[in-house]
Amino acid sequence: MLKTQRPPLDVVVVGAGVVGAACAYYAARAGLTVAVVDRGPVAGGTTGAGEGNLLVSDKEPGPELDLALLSTRLWRELAERFGAAMEYEPKGGVVVSATAAGQDALRAFAAGQAAVGVTAEEVPAERLRDLEPHLAPGLAGGFHYPQDAQVQPALAAAHLLREARRMGAELITGETVTAVLRGPDGAVRGVRTDRRRLDAPAVVNAAGTWGGELARLAGAHLPVMPRRGFVLVTEPLPRIVRHKVYAADYVADVASGSAGLQTSAVVEGTPGGPVLIGASRERVGFDRTLSQEALRRLAAQAAALFPVLADVTVMRTYRGFRPYLPDHLPAIGEDPRVPGLHHACGHEGAGIGLAPATGLLISEQLTGKRPELDLAPFRADRFPADTGTDA
Amino acid sequence: MRRTPAELVGAEPGPAHHIEFDGRPVPALPGQSIAAALWADGVLAWRTTRVGGRPRGVFCGIGACFDCLATVDGRPNQRTCLLPAEPGTTVTTQEGNGRADLAV
Repeated sequence: MLKTQRPPLDVVVVGAGVVGAACAYYAARAGLTVAVVDRGPVAGGTTGAGEGNLLVSDKEPGPELDLALLSTRLWRELAERFGAAMEYEPKGGVVVSATAAGQDALRAFAAGQAAVGVTAEEVPAERLRDLEPHLAPGLAGGFHYPQDAQVQPALAAAHLLREARRMGAELITGETVTAVLRGPDGAVRGVRTDRRRLDAPAVVNAAGTWGGELARLAGAHLPVMPRRGFVLVTEPLPRIVRHKVYAADYVADVASGSAGLQTSAVVEGTPGGPVLIGASRERVGFDRTLSQEALRRLAAQAAALFPVLADVTVMRTYRGFRPYLPDHLPAIGEDPRVPGLHHACGHEGAGIGLAPATGLLISEQLTGKRPELDLAPFRADRFPADTGTDA
Repeated sequence: MRRTPAELVGAEPGPAHHIEFDGRPVPALPGQSIAAALWADGVLAWRTTRVGGRPRGVFCGIGACFDCLATVDGRPNQRTCLLPAEPGTTVTTQEGNGRADLAV
């Protein structure tokens, strides 16, 4: 057992994914003494399996869109310092619909978003190829969302953590948290890992898809479940897709609670050259088996959207497990049941995008400031104890 | 005495044929990969990198590293270490991603 030899910690962040990294960054910037602990490496879980979507376009007005808009602002600030290193690209998104009815639905969706500050410009069918020359002919139209952006998620997590460490934070990888320590009053006093004890009056649960397990160690119920997704990676290509481009049914898939396989093409280029093709969703626990059906559907849908991709080689594929909470909202903020336990998990497929807002809100709460957004919709005790059993 | 891999393993290949590399004939043996045929002919590089334009040829030789890419029979990004050097195969040095025509 290693001895604790450091100034007293203000907070232990559990999880070195992008959300934990953002929590550590904003907490350190606010002057707190921070330790980050993860049982794996930096970005070793869902962050490392993400596409780096920073989207407002797929969110309806409500608490999640509020978070996304705050994050959009914060990503721009971060990009001024780390933009190139994180491969930040304010490329904008283009949502396309195949039918007139789909375009009507997009129009109504965009009108609702415009009321809360989302910029969306309708793109008539004949102008779609001005934005994306390789798009398939015959689409009914689309919407352009200039606020959508992209980062390379593992780089984003790494640079946020590097900056947090520069401000004094400690990063501990390869150590598993085995207990959340609590005092006689029930309040958090730190964590125990398989190698040491870290005393702190606050613990941030940034354990992503495994956030439910950490909550359980603290005696709190939080039904985070894995929602599997595959991404196809093509051979390196020149820039053939300029924006984040996805089909309108993606929004419906994201909002669905179905356990069955859903796929809708989300296509984007990367600075490295490969085109990334998502997005599939299915609830199959932590099953890492390759799903040929998911890959086949993703490839077919991407090629239907961009016929040029039909002749392109898919080099590899990877999968990840989104941290899914039954109402599709993350858990952010102090747990009313466990004083000192702050949740920052359950962002499903939006965790990269929502990381900075989550980190800032947590740091504001930790330092006794009034958080910029109302955290009530994200309360961890909103789920009755008998919900959330996964198939 | 100079020993070749074929001698070391006691190979008895059939008669050689030719593939085409950047417009000139290169001898190849039945069953040989494109990369092996190019190497045997003294060619070490048949691609330039996307960013720096530097030369690349075989690195791993077993299909894992994607370093040995070339344009084969008009298709870019083919792993020459996995493709057989069949009679008439046409190999072209690949510049960058080999898909410059698709850029928008």
